[in-house]
Amino acid sequence: MGSQTPWVYVGIFVLVGLFIPIAAIAIATFLGPKKPNAIKQSTYECGIETVGDSWIQFKAQYYIFALVFLIFDVETVFLFPWAVSLNSLGIFAVFEGIIFILILLAGLIYAWKKGMLEWA
Amino acid sequence: MNQADFYSLLPIIVLTTWSALLLIVDLFIDDKKKGITAVLAAAGLALTMGLTLSQTGQTVIGFNGMVILDGFSTFVNTLLLFSGLMAISVAYGYIKRRGIERGEYYSLILFSIVGMMLMAQARDLIVVFIALEMLSIPLYVLAAIDNSNAKSEEAGIKYFLLGAFSGGFVVYGVALVFGATGSTAFAEIAASIATGNAETLLVLAGAALILVGFGFKVGAVPFQMWTPDVYEGAPTSVTAFMAAGAKIAGFSALMRVFATAFPDIAVDIAPVLAVIAALTMIVGNVAAIAQKNIKRMLAYSSIAHAGYILMAFAAFANPALRDDAISAGIFYLVAYAITSFGTWAIVISLEKEDGKGLAIEDYAGLGRTKPLMAAAMTIFMLSLTGIPPTLGLIGKLYLFRVVVEAQFMWLALIGILTSLISAYYYLRVIVIMYMKEGEPETVSESWLTFTWGAMAVLTVVLSLIPASLFAWASGALMK
Repeated sequence: MGSQTPWVYVGIFVLVGLFIPIAAIAIATFLGPKKPNAIKQSTYECGIETVGDSWIQFKAQYYIFALVFLIFDVETVFLFPWAVSLNSLGIFAVFEGIIFILILLAGLIYAWKKGMLEWA
Repeated sequence: MNQADFYSLLPIIVLTTWSALLLIVDLFIDDKKKGITAVLAAAGLALTMGLTLSQTGQTVIGFNGMVILDGFSTFVNTLLLFSGLMAISVAYGYIKRRGIERGEYYSLILFSIVGMMLMAQARDLIVVFIALEMLSIPLYVLAAIDNSNAKSEEAGIKYFLLGAFSGGFVVYGVALVFGATGSTAFAEIAASIATGNAETLLVLAGAALILVGFGFKVGAVPFQMWTPDVYEGAPTSVTAFMAAGAKIAGFSALMRVFATAFPDIAVDIAPVLAVIAALTMIVGNVAAIAQKNIKRMLAYSSIAHAGYILMAFAAFANPALRDDAISAGIFYLVAYAITSFGTWAIVISLEKEDGKGLAIEDYAGLGRTKPLMAAAMTIFMLSLTGIPPTLGLIGKLYLFRVVVEAQFMWLALIGILTSLISAYYYLRVIVIMYMKEGEPETVSESWLTFTWGAMAVLTVVLSLIPASLFAWASGALMK
């Protein structure tokens, strides 16, 4: 066994992990009483009856917002370590950061001017 | 970043800034005056070209060995900027006519060229990959820019999917090479292979995957199947840019990677490259014969020309011939870029608003109605075939010489035989232009006329004095 031992525990863990949900579902299937009626069959809790097919084209207006958001989200990720270690990086890093922000700002101006920030 | 870093990438930095500013400036330019954007984009390219030329003869390694400025990159970047200028020149009237004129068109071309230039200066596999994405993403958008046209959209999505797919091959190849050698820098990869520290099988697998990825980009067989559809579907001005720009960038990266990162496994790779080159020439030229649409025919022709350039790689195995092979390869790229831009300019002149006028039969009667345009087209067709007095012949001459010197006689033979096959479909265009009756309608647009006129003159004049251009190409060595 030796160095293999930890993997045996992983194997046991996987087996137990598979067994419990299978057992729970199987027991419920065999023992649970089955008396369906119209109300029980209806959509449960998560919203209302669907109307029509769901395989249609959705107008995903918000994807532009998602894209713009992503840009600034990533900007924050980069700016945070930049701001924290600004003292040790010196004046060069300050300008580097400003250039980075300016490039993203250009993106924002572009999106704004193109009317991407209006909902309609 | 120190001064050397800044200097090594100066043209790229200037062009990036310029294109980002152009995107903003364009917002304030009236929709009817997008010509101003075109002029500004061309000015940016001209300025960058001036900066690039001012760096001629210098060698600077920047960013801790990630990028390099040397004769090779200066030459290739100049050629790329020239392609950009030509791409704007053929696009200006065409996109207005087709109703797809947008300021972003020019910015996207500039962004793509930034990626291509970075590709030529890369000295690290990671930079190669970043540059590959930088040049490809604007091209995907450009291919689909005529988004009311289903064919253009199809071209864009096809190009995008296969481009992403091939990008995956490159990354996996880079990962394997890194795993084998412990580095992504070309010099260190070469050193690791030379000292025998690297697992040869892993390196070979990695190099093969990188080759597959770039094979997609340049349209080499068996990775060529996207080329005809994308070339046909994309707006013709975009196709012209793709045919020249993407090919130059792809080949310059292949040359750089295989010459500086994998010189010691060149002996193993050369036969593979020779077979790929032979297949590419055969498939491209034979498939082109059956085409009735000029865009598809030129797409297959571009595949065939990729095959000719790939022949140069077969000579890489011999270190004494390496520099000759590289200069023959980039000389052929110059010849192909000039000829292909001229051809595409004429194709654009005959194309109608609704995409008609693209059948080869539509060229009937051009010799009578537009003798000058027909003469230019004749020159381009002769140059693509490799018949004097054109640049195409000189390019092929240098390529075949290198291949013969590298003892790949069978490859040179296939090259010559397929050139003979290609004469059939290139000369057919000439025959249709002069021998068949017809009333072709052409568009007279000064920039288009300038493009095909200037390219025709260059094709002939440069072929008469090839020595100076070849001397320049020979000076474009990798450090």
